[in-house]
Amino acid sequence: MPIDVLMPALSPTMEKGNLAKWLKGEGDRIKPGDVIAEIETDKATMEVEAVDEGVLAKILVPAGTADVAVNQKIAVIAAEGEDASAVGAAGGAALSGAADASAVAAAPKAEAAPVAAPAVHAAPAAAYDASGEIPAGVEMVTMTMREALRDAMAEEMRRDGDVFVMGEEVAEYQGAYKVTQGLLQEFGPKRVIDTPITEHGFAGIGVGAALSGLKPVVEFMTFNFAMQAIDHIINSAAKTLYMSGGQMGCPIVFRGPNGAAARVAAQHSQDYAAWYSQIPGLLVIAPSNAADAKGLLKAAIRNPNPVVFLENEILYGQSVPVPKSEDFVLPIGKARIARPGTDVTIVSFSIGMTYALKAAEELAKDGIDAEVIDLRTIRPMDVDSIVASVRKTGRLVTVEEGWPQSGIGSEIAAQMMEKAFDWLDAPVVRVTGKDVPMPYAANLEKLALPSVAEVVQAVRSVTYR
Amino acid sequence: MAFAARKSASASKAAAAKSKSNGPAAFSRDEDLSAYREMLLIRRFEEKAGQMYGMGLIGGFCHLYIGQEAVVVGMQMASKDGDAVITGYRDHGHMLACGMDPKGVMAELTGRRGGLSKGKGGSMHMFSVEKHFYGGHGIVGAQVALGTGLAFAHHYRGNDNVSLTYFGDGAANQGQVYESFNMAELWKLPVVYIIENNRYAMGTAVNRASAQTDFSKRGLSFNIPGEQVDGMDVRAVKAAAERAIAWCRAGKGPYILEMQTYRYRGHSMSDPAKYRSKDEVQKMREEKDPIEQVRRRLTEEWKASEDELKAIDAKVRDIVNESAEFATNDPEPDPSELWTDILR
Ligand SMILES: Cc1ncc(C[n+]2csc(CCOP(=O)(O)OP(=O)(O)O)c2C)c(N)n1
Ligand SMILES: [Mg+2]
Repeated sequence: MPIDVLMPALSPTMEKGNLAKWLKGEGDRIKPGDVIAEIETDKATMEVEAVDEGVLAKILVPAGTADVAVNQKIAVIAAEGEDASAVGAAGGAALSGAADASAVAAAPKAEAAPVAAPAVHAAPAAAYDASGEIPAGVEMVTMTMREALRDAMAEEMRRDGDVFVMGEEVAEYQGAYKVTQGLLQEFGPKRVIDTPITEHGFAGIGVGAALSGLKPVVEFMTFNFAMQAIDHIINSAAKTLYMSGGQMGCPIVFRGPNGAAARVAAQHSQDYAAWYSQIPGLLVIAPSNAADAKGLLKAAIRNPNPVVFLENEILYGQSVPVPKSEDFVLPIGKARIARPGTDVTIVSFSIGMTYALKAAEELAKDGIDAEVIDLRTIRPMDVDSIVASVRKTGRLVTVEEGWPQSGIGSEIAAQMMEKAFDWLDAPVVRVTGKDVPMPYAANLEKLALPSVAEVVQAVRSVTYR
Repeated sequence: MAFAARKSASASKAAAAKSKSNGPAAFSRDEDLSAYREMLLIRRFEEKAGQMYGMGLIGGFCHLYIGQEAVVVGMQMASKDGDAVITGYRDHGHMLACGMDPKGVMAELTGRRGGLSKGKGGSMHMFSVEKHFYGGHGIVGAQVALGTGLAFAHHYRGNDNVSLTYFGDGAANQGQVYESFNMAELWKLPVVYIIENNRYAMGTAVNRASAQTDFSKRGLSFNIPGEQVDGMDVRAVKAAAERAIAWCRAGKGPYILEMQTYRYRGHSMSDPAKYRSKDEVQKMREEKDPIEQVRRRLTEEWKASEDELKAIDAKVRDIVNESAEFATNDPEPDPSELWTDILR
């Protein structure tokens, strides 16, 4: 069957071009790879290579023709054993089922109408461990968040040989913040791995190992340093499942302290919750106490998706009772009502909960009964729980140490506009870190962070009291 | 099988093991035939992809592998089942060489539901758990750390598989490459770093971007042995691959192969390649073409008949046409696919 040569496009946006030159003439033998013509646009000149073998039977568009439409027939090739002159006279037939512009346009198009997102957060319910909250009758042990995190890792490493921990100073030094204390002694250097100072590299190695099915827990000494690795967290870990059409997942946990510590200045004091919360394909967790930290880290390690687990240095030493059970696994994506109330809702997470709960106590003295919600998971965010609370209280204040613009509070405010507008009796107010790099001086640092007084003030402004 | 001496580089004299081209490492008739078939499939597939791009059936970026076929084909001839393969965005050849379905590859290029990533990855992003092909990555250099992680996984599991990690001469200047080299040697990870030096990173010639243009020496300060290989001669590639892979399987750590190769086409489809002369391209094609080299051996040394070779050509053409046809007629993904595969 004779073969059509079509005017090619140099780019998806090109509609027409000039056929500058023919480098082969009618009757010439051509084979794949031969340059047969040159075309030009205002941007570039390109060569047209033959893909087929045969004899150039007929040139349909002469050299020098301007504005030749993409996909127009420009020549016909007679295939092996065909009579070139006859073919030239008759014109070509379709090539591989898609020869000319009309055939291309008719290529089957799926329905183009936009489809609504199935739910607020597209994660299937089955993606989350729903084993629930603290089992009844279980023994409680008071421990620090540091110990709870260590126990979570140790338990999961005992349970699954594919789980390993890597990061700077995690093994011999026992962790820069002593979170991995004792892990090297129990699990050995094969599973508790000291890396060089090389965040970009070891994040990538962790993701590569996870793509092949291992379950790395990658510790960043702090999340400030994970900026060097953010490409692998987002581009390699979060997107591969989607880009592979669901074939290849990435069961990895990136964890470490996030946000301001104390007096360490601008480069060591950033809250990344809002950054990671924007990324589809990531789960983002930020616990405020030891019990949640343990139950959620265990859930994160068991989860088949990439998880960013944001801890807080100041919270490491704080103790609460933690269930003594290897089966204590909390559901990802579920907020917790830390203090029930009726007059106003305060939503926060991680160290922000410290301000929120203290403010609620002060407000109680003045007869303002605040409900405090701990998000625990930033993504997927438990918007339903916030809406349910706002329906009850009609008022909402958000609290976070991160910056105001495009922060977690901004997201919650927007969600409430969309889902709880009719129940709001006052505008949502955000309490955030100030819109400045973190200063070093003690007084300035204090000013840069949110305070209990600011939360109290915000609540008064929305309750008009 | 008659191969050239399997010369292993000595670890202490890291990177000293430079054996340019290693002379002719003879192939058997069957090996030449199989290399011919594999390389021709890639060449014809890419030519067809270029044509379909010109017809508007393929969009976005489309980076063709034409000219570099001997690299991946020679490497695959020396690898075994279970060895992991990972590369950048110039990945069609690697997928075909790994045995991934040409129809699925082409349909991914056209963004159709039968594509290997259901149309959601495109030319630069395809994967196969079954064939141990780990993509398909669009961030220059990212695959180097990921490929080192694949080697980490082999090491962790204690099997004797290796990771074949491909990247370009341009990618070789990324910082994470050296972070990876360091950890790979430190932990003795079984990874072969295959630097496909095709002389250009987009429009930048190697000597305009690289202080050290002998890429086999890039592992020197980490004690990683390296070789420069004639990447246009599939026999030289296979011989070097055997040395490198044996080194890795023996637990000696990573190995660098600089494949000296050439891409005939522009960087991607919309690149008119003004930064090099036509003569340079023409000379390469005439004197070094990897497929012509094998074809010549087949006719002159192995006395393969025109008919025998024509039969291979026809078979390859059929596979490619079939994949083009499928990729043209397969429907686009269902709109509901927008929301799937975000989380497991
Ligand atoms: C981090 C990053 N920077 C820049 C680019 C844009 N880019 C894509 S390919 C390329 C050239 C890479 O050349 P090389 O590594 O030699 O590979 P080749 O294309 O020759 O196969 C560049 C700059 C990118 N994709 N990623
Ligand atoms: Mg290059």
